[in-house]
Formats: sequence, structure tokens, C-alpha cells
Amino acid sequence: MTLHIPTTEAQACAIVKSVIGSGTPLSLAGGNTRAGLGRTTQTQSTLSSAGLSGITIYEPAEMVIGARAGTPLALVQATLAERGQMLPFEPMDHRALLGTEGEPTIGAVAAGNISGPRRINAGAARDSLIGIRLVNGRGEAIKSGGRVMKNVTGLDLVKLVAGSHGTLGFLTEVIFRVLPAPERVVTLVWRGLSDETAVGLLSAALGSPFEPFAAAHLPEGIGADQARTLLRLENFSDSIDYRSRELIELLRLHGTPEMLEGAASGELWHDVRDARVFAGTEEAVWRLSVAPTDGPRATAAIAARLPGARWFYDWGGGLVWLAVPAGDDAAAGAIRAALKPLGGHATLVRAPAAIRAAVPVFEPLAEPLMRVTAGIKQSFDPAGIFEPGRMYAGI
Amino acid sequence: MSAIAFPVPDPTILARREQIIEGLSRLVAPAALITAEDERRPYETDALTAYRRLPLAVVLPSTTQEVAAVLKFCGEQGVPVVPRGAGTSLAGGAIPQEDAVVIGVSKMNRILAIDYANRVAKVQAGVTNLAVTGEVSAEGFFYAPDPSSQLACSIGGNIGMNSGGAHCLKYGVTTNNVLGVTLVMLDGSVVEIGGAHLDAPGLDLLGLIVGSEGQLGIVTEATVRILRSAEGARPVLFGFPTSEQAGEAVAAIIGAGIIPVAMEFMDKPAIEICEAFAHAGYPMDVEALLIIEVEGSDAEMDAQLARIVAIAREHGVKTVKESKSAMEAAAIWKGRKSAFGATGRIADYICMDGTIPTGQLPHVLRRMDEIVKGYGLRVANVFHAGDGNLHPLILYNCNDPVEAQKAEDAGMDILKLCVEVGGCLTGEHGVGIEKRDLMTFQFNPEDLAQQMRVRAVFDQAWLLNPAKVFPLEGRVAA
Repeated sequence: MTLHIPTTEAQACAIVKSVIGSGTPLSLAGGNTRAGLGRTTQTQSTLSSAGLSGITIYEPAEMVIGARAGTPLALVQATLAERGQMLPFEPMDHRALLGTEGEPTIGAVAAGNISGPRRINAGAARDSLIGIRLVNGRGEAIKSGGRVMKNVTGLDLVKLVAGSHGTLGFLTEVIFRVLPAPERVVTLVWRGLSDETAVGLLSAALGSPFEPFAAAHLPEGIGADQARTLLRLENFSDSIDYRSRELIELLRLHGTPEMLEGAASGELWHDVRDARVFAGTEEAVWRLSVAPTDGPRATAAIAARLPGARWFYDWGGGLVWLAVPAGDDAAAGAIRAALKPLGGHATLVRAPAAIRAAVPVFEPLAEPLMRVTAGIKQSFDPAGIFEPGRMYAGI
Repeated sequence: MSAIAFPVPDPTILARREQIIEGLSRLVAPAALITAEDERRPYETDALTAYRRLPLAVVLPSTTQEVAAVLKFCGEQGVPVVPRGAGTSLAGGAIPQEDAVVIGVSKMNRILAIDYANRVAKVQAGVTNLAVTGEVSAEGFFYAPDPSSQLACSIGGNIGMNSGGAHCLKYGVTTNNVLGVTLVMLDGSVVEIGGAHLDAPGLDLLGLIVGSEGQLGIVTEATVRILRSAEGARPVLFGFPTSEQAGEAVAAIIGAGIIPVAMEFMDKPAIEICEAFAHAGYPMDVEALLIIEVEGSDAEMDAQLARIVAIAREHGVKTVKESKSAMEAAAIWKGRKSAFGATGRIADYICMDGTIPTGQLPHVLRRMDEIVKGYGLRVANVFHAGDGNLHPLILYNCNDPVEAQKAEDAGMDILKLCVEVGGCLTGEHGVGIEKRDLMTFQFNPEDLAQQMRVRAVFDQAWLLNPAKVFPLEGRVAA
């Protein structure tokens, strides 16, 4: 096992060039907290971003921050917090769910398109990622996008690389647009609603002018005896007073919610963001992406096939976190069959390595798209050295 | 004026014109195939009217299947294809060439489904941008990207160019508001990418396709996000004695944690032009004008405006004028959104579209003025201040070839300046042919080669909108 830790982009290029010759596939690593995402791969060497750290640009008035890929996410967030700003997409921390240790990096947030509850309103990591530098599989340092938030110059390779899980290249620098942190945050909690009623409530709220920034539902037995339906408002203090009043009135049919602020509100959303209710169990954990109102339909169809399945909803119902007995295949066939009539797709987030080697972790694509995916991989990484098979077998 | 080169038409294709038309006629209804010269003429250019090329034929399909059949045929015959939405591209993105077939989506103009509970609309590519909002506004919803051409421009064209607009500071551009597309590839295969769910599986092909300027395939349908409108919206005019003060006020507003829905900047020449056209009550005794729009309930707008006005006062604002009625608000936006049309009444102009880091604004405004004066011309500036997207309008007389060349040269110098200060060549109009030959200023050969290899995955033979985006020299295959 060889560990490469370049301290400059030029060194990273040289390492990649040397590897092309030997044909040794490389794992790409940041802080190793998300190493278990994707299919299980076989590599002898690792290329780490640990030597590439530090903020490269921060212009609060321009709402932009850039950092070398190995910069700890916590450092980026602390730097922003000092000036009252934040990343817009509330990236998930995978450590609790995956049982990993280490320091999450900003590069991995980009490479995995890692978003959290705020995604329903403010977009995913890919929506805020405005510039990248990466080393492709030819050992060339290339850039796409830049430091300005409006930029349509050339093909948007930034988006293509966001969420490519290291299969297209080794990120060396990432630049995100940022937002002011809200003056005040409150969470409204309704109790005892069925999944279907709860998702109806969340849809009504998200379709109102009062702008919830996060909308989740934790059914009975998920973290508490009673089901909890959550809406989060973020704004100036006066607006919070006004908007929570209006929302409660709009949703009065569902009773009067409890109002949480400060740590109580924050902890609840950390549970949702990080799927902490599924931490430390033996279950396989999936993420289903569906049209929000299809969330309860998807879980009902899955429950009929898989007694013992547990779940909760984020993104107004559009993201279902699902835990099932791991078995031999993490119930991949049953889950994907249940989703088929609804549209949407399923990603296996946590399962033993043997299962992640055996079943498709990412939803299999239609043939023309699979061909395009293979072609894009080839265009970045002709020798197939970066994370071969991480997303799809043979790619 | 012909500074921008087109590829030499392929004589073997021109020689086969009758056969190609005959082949197309077997694929689409007679009314969908346009071959007569006078009927092809409207398709010879777009909103970059200085350049014109008469296409070999124009096809206006009504279904995805027809688009697929035509694309497959053109692919097999090796005939270039130029996709066209409404033909409003300012960058020449829809200008054809003599050996190309134009595939226009204007007949595919139906809204297919509205789903308020999931906040999405499924539309055909030829639907106009404003028609989407028109369809959902009675329920209090809207489609967020709002380019100035929104009355005419199509969703398909918006996806091709990743169009923005005045309100994207808060709501994002096209790529942030499209969840799925139906894409026809050059071999005629039809693929669905994304849908009503928030994230598509696999590589972010949707993100790649939005803004790809018709070079990867033709989008025939799209699932777009519709958003609930705020309770109210109020644009307010802020007149400043200097551009610097206006720029500093913008930075201070953002620094105070306020993201208005829109912050539009106009310099004195632009104010004069727009006021003469729209009679919006713009102050005439200032050097720079900001239109700042806030949203929310009346009390919320009052509170937010009070903060913004206080900041503006700290930066020497001379005039603050609130819209007192919906009509006044509409007039304020009419002035801004008709800036291009209003300018066209007094002179010919080239509209540029670079983006700069907003901190560079005073420097860039000064340098732009010097550049344009250096060519003996005038410039008016409208500008999305919150995100640094500049739209300098360089005024000239198009009947004077020398002046026209100077205007084009001045525009190129301005775009190079944008790149030099850390910005980019185009913020929302796209590269098209207009900025194609400047791509080497922003990207090095490796950057461009990587983009071109990705492009070639979809179109090995460079048949899709081939004269656009990438310099004609040095093109690479997959």
C-alpha cells in the first residue's frame, strides 16, 4: 500500500503521471470519513489531499470562498462564521452513520456533492460550487468555473465533477459561493402525524410564501416515541416572528406546533442531516431520491416487501433515509422494484464491503447514459486509474 | 464586418442538398420542413444580427420522435445541425451555417403538467420563459430565471445557454432551476435525465447539459422548479453621486447579511437612455443608479428597506425613491429590462456580458470608459451588481464598417479585462460565436482540450452546433 501526499498541484500531476506508466489504480482520499461511499474498489495506492490545505480566497462582500481540497471543512465553516456567513447547503457529516473517524475535508464535500436539509430550499453542494481545479488522469492540472458566481463560459465541468466521487480526477482546489448566516433560526415541531399527512403539511409549507429552509418528518419510533414533523425558518428576528405565526395559521388543521430555538433546534437538525438515528446499527442504509409527495408511497411499497424497514424523510419528503436488514444484498432488488413505478432512484450509503462490491450502489442507468458515463470517464481518465469501479462496475 | 470566421461550407454537403431535403421530407410533415430561400431567411441569424448565414434547410418538429428521426438522419449523413429555441441569443448561439440543418423547437410549445405539491412544471422546450410563469402565477407561483428576453426566449434556449436574469442573486440561474430533461442524442436515442426528484443518479449529466449551447444533443422537454412568490415585492431606486459609492453600498448591504432579490446597477448614460424610453422616474442628477428589490410582507419589506437605506446613506446616497404602486414598480423594471431595446432606439450597440469580482467594479468601470473612449465610441453600463455580471452597451453606427469594427474590438478588450481581474467572458449570454475566439484567454489548452473531449463523447464528428464555443483551430476528439 503506497500513500501519496502531494503538497502542491504540480507534485500531484507528477504522481499521477508516474502512476499512468505503472497502471496502478489510485484511491483518492481526503479525511477518510466518507471512504465507504460508493462501490468497494481494489486499489494498492492512495492519493491524499492531506498535504493541500488552506483557504485560498475569501471575499465576504463577494460571497465567495476558495480552499485547497484537503482543507478541513470545519476550518472553512469557522472562517465563514467569523464573518457571519455559511455554506448554503449544510453538508452532511458522515462520521456517525459510517462509524468513521478523521476530519472531513472541503474537497470531499465537492467530490461527493454532499448536501443536507437546506438543499430543499437553497440547492445542493453542486449549486454553490462555482470553481474547481483538478488533476485529470493524464496528469494535467485543469480548471473549470472560477471565483465569480455567474459564469457560463464553456462546458460546466464543475457540475460534472461534483458528485463524481473521485472517478474523474483529483481535486486540488474548490471555490464555493456562500451566504450570510441567518440572524435567527427556529424549528416548528408537530407531533403524531402519519407520513402522508406530514408530507402534505411540508408541501403546503414549502409552497407558501414563508420560505421554510428545511422540512423533515421523523415517523413514530425514529428518535422518539411520537412522530415529529419539522419545519425550520431562518431569517431576521422580526420576520421569524411573523412567518412562524403565519405558517402556524396556514397549517392550523394539524394543531399547534412546539417552537424550538438554539441548541434544541440545532441538535434535531444534526440528527436529520447526519442520519444519526441509524448510527451504530447493523442495518444497511439507503438514500431514496423521489418527488416529495412520492416519499410515503415509496416507503409503503418498501414496507410491504421488507417488514422491519425503518425510515425518515428530509427535503419535504423527497429524500428518504431507509434502513433495512443488510442480508445478502441490502434488499437492493426489492427497493429498486418498489421505486420503479414511481420514478426516482436509490443509493446504497452504508453496507458491508462485500455487499457494496456485489450490488449496484448507484442506480443503474439506461444504456445510452451508461455509454456516455463511460465516455466521460475515459475523457478525463483514459488509463482508468482514479477509483476504478467506484460508481459503476467497469467504469 | 466579418471578424468572426465561419467554417467553410462543405461542398459535398451543398452538392447533396436535394437528397438531404428529400430524406428530411420522409421524416417530418411537409409543414415542418422549410426549404424555400425566403422562408429560410428568418432563420439566418439570431439577436447577434451582424452575422448571418442562410441554412441548408430548417426543420420545425412537433414531437421528440421527430427530433430524434431528424438528428439520427443528419448524424448518419454527416450534416451539421444547429439547434434553435426562439432565436434570441445575443452571442450568436443559434446562427446557422450554409451546410447545416436548423432544428427549431418553436412548435413544441406546450406546458405538459404542473405539480404544485412538488413545485415542478413539465414543459416542452419551445415554451417561452414567461409562459411558464404565466401558467402558474394565478396560484401564486413563478419560474425564477428571468432573462430580459423572457417574453420571447424559450426554455430550450435558456437551458442551452444557462440563462440568468435580474433575480438570480437570490433564486439562481437556469442550472439551479431545472430538475430534468428529455435529451435527444445525435444517434437518435432519447434519454431521460433527472425528473421531479431533486438529484439525478450517476454523474451530473444534467449540470453538464445546461449551458452546453446545443453541442451535446437537443433538449425537447424539461422539468423545471416553480417557486411560490413572496407576498410582495418592491423595487427601490438609489441614486449615487459616484459609481464607487454605489459599488461600496452593494458590498456593505451583502456584508450586513442582506440578500435582496435583485440589485441592478446603471451608469449615467444608461439612466438617460432608459428614462427617455420608460419614463420610470429615474433620477437624472446622479452618476450611478441602483435598483434594489426586496420581498416579503409589507412590514418585512419596510424593515429590510430601512436597513438598506441606512447603509446607502452611509455611502452618500443622493436619491432614494420607493415605488408607491404596482404601476410604479412595473415602470422601474420596464426601464431596466428594456435597456437593450431603449439603447437600440438611439444607436446600434453591442451588448457585452462579462462577469467580474464585484470588488473590482470601480477599477473596471474606469478602464472600460478608457477603452471605449480610446476607440472614439461611447458606452452605457447596466449591470447585475450583486453578482458582478456586467452588460456594457457599446454604441456605434452599424452602417459605418470602420466604427463597427472598432465597437467589436472595444468589446473584446473589455472581455479580456474581465478575465484579467479574475472574472469570466460570459455570465449569462453564453459563448456562441461571439466569444469563441476569446476562449483561449480564459482557458489554457489543457482546460479546453478536456472540455472538447467531453463534448466529443456526445458528438465525435463535431456536427452539433459546430462553429460555436470552441475556437475552430485545434479541436480534439474523445
